[in-house]
Amino acid sequence: MLQDQDRIFTNLYGHHDWRLAGARARGDWDGTKEIMAMGQPWIIDEMKASGLRGRGGAGFPTGLKWSFMPKTETDRPHYLVVNADEGEPGTCKDRDMMRFDPHKLVEGCLLASFAMNAHACYIYIRGEFYNEASNLQVAIDEAYEAGLIGKNACGSGWDFDLYLHRGAGAYICGEETALIESLEGKKGQPRLKPPFPAGVGLYGCPTTVNNVESIAVAPTILRRGASWFAGIGRLNNTGTKVFCISGHVNRPCNVEEEMGIPLKELIDKHCDGVIGGWENLQAIIPGGSSVPCLPSTICNDILMDFDSLRDVKSGLGTAAVMVMDKSVDIIAVITRLAAFYKHESCGQCTPCREGTGWMYRIMQRLVSGQASPEEIDMLEEVTYQIEGHTICALGDAAAWPIQGLIRHFRPQLEQRIQDFRDGKFPRAA
Amino acid sequence: MPKLTVDGIEVEVEPGVTILQAAEQAGAEIPRFCYHDRLSIAGNCRMCLVDVEKSPKPVASCAMPAGEGMVVHTKSERAVKARNGVMEFLLINHPLDCPICDQGGECDLQDQALAFGADRGRYIEQKRAVKDKDMGPIVSTIMTRCIHCTRCVRFVEEIGGVAEIGMTGRGEDTEITTYLERALTSELSGNVVDLCPVGALTNKPYAFTARSWELRKTESVDVMDAVGTNIRVDSRGREVMRVLPRLNEWINEEWLADKSRNACDGLKYQRLDKPYVRRDGKLQAASWDEAFAAISEKVTGASGSRLAALAGDTADCESMLALKDLMTALGSPNTDCRQDGAALDPNVRASYLFNTTIAGIEDADVILLIGTDPRKEAPILNARIRKRFRAGGVKIGVIGAAADLTYDYDHLGLTADVVARIADGSHPFADVLKNAECPMLVIGMGALSRADGAAILATGHAIADSTGMVSGDWNGFNVLHTAAARVGGLDVGFTPGDGGKNTQAILDGAASGDIDVVYLLGADEVDTSKLDKAFVIYQGHHGDSGAHGADVILPGAAYTEKNGTYVNTEGRAQYGQRVIFPPGDAREDWSIVRALSERVGHTLPYDSLEQVRARLRNLSPVFNHMDDVVVADWEIFGQAGSIEASAFTYPVDNYYQTDPISRASQTMAQCTQEFVLGGTGKATGTDG
Repeated sequence: MLQDQDRIFTNLYGHHDWRLAGARARGDWDGTKEIMAMGQPWIIDEMKASGLRGRGGAGFPTGLKWSFMPKTETDRPHYLVVNADEGEPGTCKDRDMMRFDPHKLVEGCLLASFAMNAHACYIYIRGEFYNEASNLQVAIDEAYEAGLIGKNACGSGWDFDLYLHRGAGAYICGEETALIESLEGKKGQPRLKPPFPAGVGLYGCPTTVNNVESIAVAPTILRRGASWFAGIGRLNNTGTKVFCISGHVNRPCNVEEEMGIPLKELIDKHCDGVIGGWENLQAIIPGGSSVPCLPSTICNDILMDFDSLRDVKSGLGTAAVMVMDKSVDIIAVITRLAAFYKHESCGQCTPCREGTGWMYRIMQRLVSGQASPEEIDMLEEVTYQIEGHTICALGDAAAWPIQGLIRHFRPQLEQRIQDFRDGKFPRAA
Repeated sequence: MPKLTVDGIEVEVEPGVTILQAAEQAGAEIPRFCYHDRLSIAGNCRMCLVDVEKSPKPVASCAMPAGEGMVVHTKSERAVKARNGVMEFLLINHPLDCPICDQGGECDLQDQALAFGADRGRYIEQKRAVKDKDMGPIVSTIMTRCIHCTRCVRFVEEIGGVAEIGMTGRGEDTEITTYLERALTSELSGNVVDLCPVGALTNKPYAFTARSWELRKTESVDVMDAVGTNIRVDSRGREVMRVLPRLNEWINEEWLADKSRNACDGLKYQRLDKPYVRRDGKLQAASWDEAFAAISEKVTGASGSRLAALAGDTADCESMLALKDLMTALGSPNTDCRQDGAALDPNVRASYLFNTTIAGIEDADVILLIGTDPRKEAPILNARIRKRFRAGGVKIGVIGAAADLTYDYDHLGLTADVVARIADGSHPFADVLKNAECPMLVIGMGALSRADGAAILATGHAIADSTGMVSGDWNGFNVLHTAAARVGGLDVGFTPGDGGKNTQAILDGAASGDIDVVYLLGADEVDTSKLDKAFVIYQGHHGDSGAHGADVILPGAAYTEKNGTYVNTEGRAQYGQRVIFPPGDAREDWSIVRALSERVGHTLPYDSLEQVRARLRNLSPVFNHMDDVVVADWEIFGQAGSIEASAFTYPVDNYYQTDPISRASQTMAQCTQEFVLGGTGKATGTDG
């Protein structure tokens, strides 16, 4: 369990002052100039050594990503784009960081931009986050005023500008290339990769897109040292992570914890346990709506990190743990998610555009049992027809929850069909 | 040069080539819908997924650059499975209405479904239905069939230069629509029909008239403008059903302008299908014999100087040559093919050609347009200028009214005196031309058909000389014609002989009584009111303005009804082919002249088309090099003189109606209503 002195987000609950004075009291903006004086290669090496993996869901090593940017700036400027379009159902971590600890992000933007030779950084924030955008803008203004960013940021000689851009509410704009398109003023549709943003990104220039949490933890890692961060958690799954636990627990919360904490410990320690006791647990979705759900049998001893969840064919994703007790109709839950992905598919490429609607319609019938057992296999085939065949990961994200459902809850699906045939209507469709 | 293996065959490809192109080199066919050679890559249909070793997922081959050492499988289980899956997704919401779909038989989706689709569907839910959009008189929409490949979106934006089609909505509710659901204002809009891989966008005038397998396909050349677009004319029985573009990299690539595509219904209306002779002030149907007798009566014994002939804008070289020979035999030097009176110099070929060639536009770095609106006069050529513009690094200047040409340009002025100022170096654009590597200028008929046209032509020559436009292989001096017959007419010498009268003089002579007989070979664009006193022979295919005032009408053949030679604005001679026979008693034009020559006692020395063409080849080397451009020597031309500081008037006002065929076309009339007269949109109850 994470010790208090190892917490990065010390104002995650908003108990303290979120403005510059409060942030400074918590150690933000301390020695930023000195960190910058260590030079860009040092920062990137340090990030690599820390083992930080991207906190947006895919878990790509952050230091490595930074190192993909061209080392020298040509006539094309470099950009850092921060993905604050937190739209993954169940996830609410970036939101609290921006609301209660915005200076961590602002400082992170400066250091990350400096490391990648970017003089400008855009934070693309979800449109619905009104208060968060408002606080963040205040923090940016404060930082400008204090000379922490802007011309000669922190007295380091580095010019840096930070812009906040509010999105308009499309889930797909959280995909990095769709986010870039949207930022450019176009329709938010993912781009083909390659070319990757590090080569051709925002306005055709080298760009790195990072999640809020990945950027916000960077200053603390650089201040306290890579070995400190790497010393927390397990091999390849280092550091701390903010978990968002929602659903059928006694006290839903956001909490910063060590990577690799057992799920049971996470729920019992921080959320006062599952409603009705651990025995009442039916399933969890461990990492936001896009990852396959896990039945209680697996939940007993699973560790919450990238690799151990991958081993059980799920994923850490954004670490948004959704807990469902036995009162939940898991088929209806996954159907609701299918509706979400159908609604949010951008419509650009065929498998996702056509497949999400198809899956949703089959799911709708499965909820009330108005289907044949063979259709379960067909539905599974359809999910594999979508997975891996699309431009971006939304197709995968739409397929996985259904795959998880069929993998772990096939008996329930078959029972529902049988119930319908027997004239028992468990639920209205 | 990356080397890769496709299905076990090793190929070496140019750097930057995609896997799909590399696979084509290796002989592996990859199905695709959204990918198109001439459009940007969208990668959205996912039909071209292939299996690349060491790649965790199937790769969209249209978008992925071929890399050194890649091992690609297009027929592996994973690739085939991906493809079958995509095909199933495409079909779930696609209506299975092939039997009533115009695309049936030439549909990419149909063909590929046969190859990659399942024999039955698994989708039992409701299919999507999409409201049809109004895309104007040329493009018909059945949007439920759309597979969202966005080829049309990319075409109108990239090639057409009008960003008027777009994708709205998202997910399943995505729809392709036009801006505010209005008609497309591009002269190239018909091409979206060819591009559409399914039956969502189809040819509106052709709708439900024929099936592709019933059609006889004839390769020919278009005459609606001077570009010489290569076309394929599809006919059934004695009817031309539609016109499609044919690939020619030098001229039209694979595009076709709307008038060329859709004016073909004009071939069915207003046709002259039998000879007429004016008796008692009224045109009355007659036999060929009677018509020839009436002409013979007027011509025999008449002084040659009192006879004249004018050739129209769509005349073929053979008939112009025959008529020229006949007029010479009758002793008349009064012949002209320049209906608009353009001051073209028939003696120097470089003075009336688009010397740079259409494909050569892509090499230019500065383009100066003088008195021309290429978008209306030659949309295909304008598309080439836009292609050059999109490639970047080109500066374009325009003298004349500031029209929307689909690309950015510097507007240098409205009036002709700017041309003189560029020539004497006092205008800053002169330096731009001088500093350019490959500068070119285009003089339009709007500049040359003025009274000071010869002076402008000479000034154009001076600009070319002073800015180094002509050097080595590069000749940047260009004339853009609007008439398909013009260059051919000049090449066969259908111009005033010694002491002969030009168009204006012929018309004036007819009005004043100096000319007794005027022979109009499809000439409809002259002021026929001046011909009232003269005996007018009209040979042509449509009852247009020339025929109305005629005393004898000889029914000829339209371009789809005869084998004819046409020389385009570049000076490229091409054969047009007979698709169907002319209607009724109408005949091929050269043979009419040949028959008439016998009646008037000056039998022309050729009895077959081949003999006429032999004479053409003797006359000019141009006709020895069909489909090629014969480079013209750079000589002195034009006539120095003062240039009047008045604004240029572009020759084409209404793009959709410029010749007898398009004026007879209902589709072109609808386009005129929609785009020129300011589309009234939907008709209301009080209309008409």
